[in-house]
Amino acid sequence: MYFLLSYLLRKWRERRDHALRLSVGSSPVAGASEASPATAGRASAPRVVDPEVARPSAAARGTVALLAHQVRYDLLTSLRNPRARFFTFFFPIVLLVVFTGVFGNGHTVVDGVRVDLSRFYVPGILAMSIVVAAYANLVISISSLRETGVLKRRRATPVSPAMLVAGQAIATVVVALVMGTLLLLIAKLAYGVDMSPAGLAAMGITAVVGTLAFACIGYAVSILVGSPDAAQPIVQATMLPLWFVSGVFIPTATLSATLRSVGSLFPVEHIADGMHLASVRSSLGTAISVNDLLALAAWGVAAALFCAWRFSWLPSTATA
Amino acid sequence: MLTNSFDPPVAQPLRPSSPSVSNRNDAVISIRGLRKRYGDTEAVRGIDLEVHRGEIFAFLGPNGAGKTTTVEILEGFRQASEGIVEVLGTNPWRAPSGWRERIGLVLQESQAEPGLTVRECLELYAGYYRSPRPVDETLALVDLGEQADQRATALSGGQRRRLDVALALIGDPELIFLDEPTTGFDPSARRAAWKVIGGLRDLGKTVFLTTHYMEEAERLADRIAVIAAGEIVAEGTPQTLGGRQVGGARITFALPNGTAIEDLPASVGDRIQDDGAGAVALPTTTVAADLHALSGWALGWGFELEDLEVRRPTLEDVYLKLTTPNEPRS
Repeated sequence: MYFLLSYLLRKWRERRDHALRLSVGSSPVAGASEASPATAGRASAPRVVDPEVARPSAAARGTVALLAHQVRYDLLTSLRNPRARFFTFFFPIVLLVVFTGVFGNGHTVVDGVRVDLSRFYVPGILAMSIVVAAYANLVISISSLRETGVLKRRRATPVSPAMLVAGQAIATVVVALVMGTLLLLIAKLAYGVDMSPAGLAAMGITAVVGTLAFACIGYAVSILVGSPDAAQPIVQATMLPLWFVSGVFIPTATLSATLRSVGSLFPVEHIADGMHLASVRSSLGTAISVNDLLALAAWGVAAALFCAWRFSWLPSTATA
Repeated sequence: MLTNSFDPPVAQPLRPSSPSVSNRNDAVISIRGLRKRYGDTEAVRGIDLEVHRGEIFAFLGPNGAGKTTTVEILEGFRQASEGIVEVLGTNPWRAPSGWRERIGLVLQESQAEPGLTVRECLELYAGYYRSPRPVDETLALVDLGEQADQRATALSGGQRRRLDVALALIGDPELIFLDEPTTGFDPSARRAAWKVIGGLRDLGKTVFLTTHYMEEAERLADRIAVIAAGEIVAEGTPQTLGGRQVGGARITFALPNGTAIEDLPASVGDRIQDDGAGAVALPTTTVAADLHALSGWALGWGFELEDLEVRRPTLEDVYLKLTTPNEPRS
């Protein structure tokens, strides 16, 4: 997955550099040296770049180009992060395989429909991978970027905070959608778990709303993380119990009424419920759980408001 | 001057007005009566500063003296409680993004962008500016061309700091803030960094530098200001700071064997300070006369003046005197 993406990225970059070289004739320009390792970086004399020919910067090409630029580098950063790679890509697949392998022959009831546990686990793990990709990753990476001064340095550039946040959010949605597609493909190919087209559409909508909501919550919780060391425990302490009471690991049908109502207070239950509903319905009208989407959106908006109030780009250990 | 014959002659008198304004006042940073309070404590207590275009300005002070607060106000990260702050003609607090196109920052503590190579870091930041410097040229400027394709997190401390400088330069700013740029460097890395910073002057940049290393300030700065307990206690060139050029020197030497302080010539004898270990010190404002008296005395008796040294106060001496509390400030 990672290697495929980085291969594609490398190919794309080579093609771009090639096109760039062609457009300026024989004179070497900034960025072209990657293609010729022998001369890479030995730029002891300033290179002559004709400003008429050099590619304008992302900022100079407008808002959309700048956003794409930010998304691209945020994706690159998260793909190259071993922790994110493990927890976002590898871990959900392992859980899907383990749960389906161990419990796959059992049955449960989802919204009144009797289903195999293999069908039950797919939407649950899907919800989980979104929560991990959006919430866990952002809490850990934002608090660490803030405490190491990276956010402060980015904020010192002309790029607007909205652009930085939007770039991060879109990159997270892209990761969540790619991961969701991968999980659904594995479910279909390995376990024969199929979703209706309407169910898939509903899952897509739930995934986008859920990712954005959990990204907001991730930003909000990162405010509460004082040191990067505390990020991982805080993430685990807030996520782990919810897997059990939100119908991700254990069907909610088997939970006590108290546990179920505790679970429904938190957003994990709502993204899991939305995904479960989509997995057993075949018309768009019934596959979309409006209540769950509203609950997710409410959490997201509340978290965003908290961020607007308290979010800081500066390290919390800033001295006078 | 090229004139278009179709231009109405009326347009001409309007022309010279705009450049003359910027020529008259070349202040890049201008601070008047700046105060910053955190709750009950006042970190900055009414300071005035002016930094001119093209100079390297060193801002010195012990930790907790209000140095970082002042720098962060200038960088637009904190709001002044009182006073007028203008950086490039704009109040940095809530300055438009166009203002940020014109400044570059090397923060006191900032790690590399995780996961990106040196070149990618620069490309990421180059994308934020409307007309950035070419990436390769900037890498060459900080001598990181060889490391372009290494992960930024794998660089040595000195290399990472040079990457920070490159990131501050990528937007081709007019004004660069360097907050303790060489802290934790080994001597050779420090010298390499000084070369880079000195090079900024040649590029016509204005540099606002903070440092704890007096040698650094002395070597790089055109002007120095010292802040202590939230107030500017001295301002001047490295040579004149705190009256350094007119202040007294110290002559030290070892008393020749078999002599005592009473044996020294009377003109110096009453000012001499004894450290009890055979070495004596003579604070003086008349170095030539005192040296003449001492050497004449030694020659007359056939002594050698061992360990003879004349020391002017170093910048560090001046700085310590200025910033140490409970000592009269001269």
